[in-house]
Amino acid sequence: MITTRGLVKTYGKVTAVDDVDLDVREGDRYGLLGPNGSGKTTLVRMLLGLVFATRGEIEVLGFKVPRRVREALPRIGAMVEGPGLYAHLNGRANLTLMDAAGPGGSRSDRKRRVGEALERVGLAGIDRRPVKAYSLGMRQRLGLAAALLRQPRLLVLDEPTNGLDPRGIREIRDLLAELNAEGTTVFLSSHLLGEIDALCSRVGVMDRGRLVLQDELSALRAPTGRVLVGTPEPDRVVALLNGRVEKRDGSRLTVRHADPGDLNTELVQAGIRVTSIGAERRTLEQVVLEATTTSSDRVS
Amino acid sequence: MIRVEIAKLFRRPRTYVIAGLLCALPFVVAVFLATTRIPPPPGQGGAFLSAVLSNGSLYPAAAMALVMPVFLPVSVAVLAGDSVAGEASQGTLRYLLIRPVGRTRLLVAKLVALIVFVLFAIGAVLLTSFLTGITMFGGEPAAGVAIPADVTSLSGVTITPFGLVMRLLATVAYIVISMLSVAAIALFLSTITDSGLGAAMGALAVLVTSQVLVTLDAAAAIRPYLPTRYWLAWVDFFRDPILWRDIERGAGIQLVFLVVLLGAAWANFMTRDISD
Repeated sequence: MITTRGLVKTYGKVTAVDDVDLDVREGDRYGLLGPNGSGKTTLVRMLLGLVFATRGEIEVLGFKVPRRVREALPRIGAMVEGPGLYAHLNGRANLTLMDAAGPGGSRSDRKRRVGEALERVGLAGIDRRPVKAYSLGMRQRLGLAAALLRQPRLLVLDEPTNGLDPRGIREIRDLLAELNAEGTTVFLSSHLLGEIDALCSRVGVMDRGRLVLQDELSALRAPTGRVLVGTPEPDRVVALLNGRVEKRDGSRLTVRHADPGDLNTELVQAGIRVTSIGAERRTLEQVVLEATTTSSDRVS
Repeated sequence: MIRVEIAKLFRRPRTYVIAGLLCALPFVVAVFLATTRIPPPPGQGGAFLSAVLSNGSLYPAAAMALVMPVFLPVSVAVLAGDSVAGEASQGTLRYLLIRPVGRTRLLVAKLVALIVFVLFAIGAVLLTSFLTGITMFGGEPAAGVAIPADVTSLSGVTITPFGLVMRLLATVAYIVISMLSVAAIALFLSTITDSGLGAAMGALAVLVTSQVLVTLDAAAAIRPYLPTRYWLAWVDFFRDPILWRDIERGAGIQLVFLVVLLGAAWANFMTRDISD
């Protein structure tokens, strides 16, 4: 769906995006993670033909960007850095104008399309108030509705849950999962780990303009070959396992062992009580922290 | 897209506020003239103002002369300066472009919407000033609002009502063309900056400079090429016979400005990174 090769964008001396080879496949729920200022937004803008690359190639939905981006865009729904809305118009009027501005879609259908998009994002009951009276979360939902107007094959969303409360975030996540199940590829960028962790199947991590990591989330979070054991008798475990205990933290032990089941049998047969046991997996946070350097908005 | 831009124009309250202000100026002038009956001395004050006292049906032309040199260009500059920059700072520009609306198409739609605005504003001024003129100065003794039988032109010959309407239409056309250069300057600046105010300010700076240089004899060499040099040439439509020389030159210069600046705006906008 999206591939880039050696993509570079420089602003004067600053390299915002540096040699990025992005690979988003059909049906993915792709999460682009990275600290603020790592180049995520510039990358997203280049994919949509808003910002022109200094070097490198982009292909979206099989069309070269920016040369043929206008053929790809009608099948893409996007939200980049917050919604763009006409503050003096109401929500419906905003969507109607946006729908009318571009090609495709019959005029007689417009009202129904707008209504459906509003319903999908949970704004079916909006009244005639102008957008300037909306809360941040409502605007965000309206921006998302605008992205969904034309039943896109690809959704490109930059920080889609900004300004939403926890319930709103959950609703949007469910909506995106639902759309993905219907066949929409979702490309999401965020600096919020939890958001990506909860929704995405593939993850890319950006750091200082570079794509330092790109893999399936399940692979990144594969077992580490260690087992976490909780026991009221840690001393006996240490004595029994003899050197295989790597870390001891009160009643919680980290043991080098491939299979939690075998380890459990071993412990129980020795008469040691086990309160919890499970394979250690790296958290997405650990993965990201290992891959990235420092927070780029930190000045020291 | 053109339809969308025009819809946006007429759904914004400011369009009506600006048109209302444009209409208010001739009205205020008319109130003073009608109550005092003191005509401006010949050669001073707005064109037609002394002629108006004897025939109110000429007041639309006088109103044009009042709003044309400053008020109308200022409002065009403000709207044109905001046209692209305003969308950018509102965050709607990127959504229009990924909708997708072609960049060229967007610029053309913006320009067409500006022309529609000028026509709307001039139309409103002509209508209100015609009514003002008829009621305050009297034009047609019999039926009040009906088009008067004949009007004395500036040169002293009479113009038929049909001739007056045709000359007013020609005036409207000429003013629209004159405003195109203002629109093109502001539109060009609007594609450079994200501040609509900055673009409007820049365009006004060009116009004010041009106005100053027009009156400066030391700048006589470049005078014929200044954008505002022939702005009031439409007055020649009210001479008999019509004096075409300045009108033709004025229109020609405006078109040159339009083509060059619109080309610059297009070239800049096509290659610009949209990063706001």
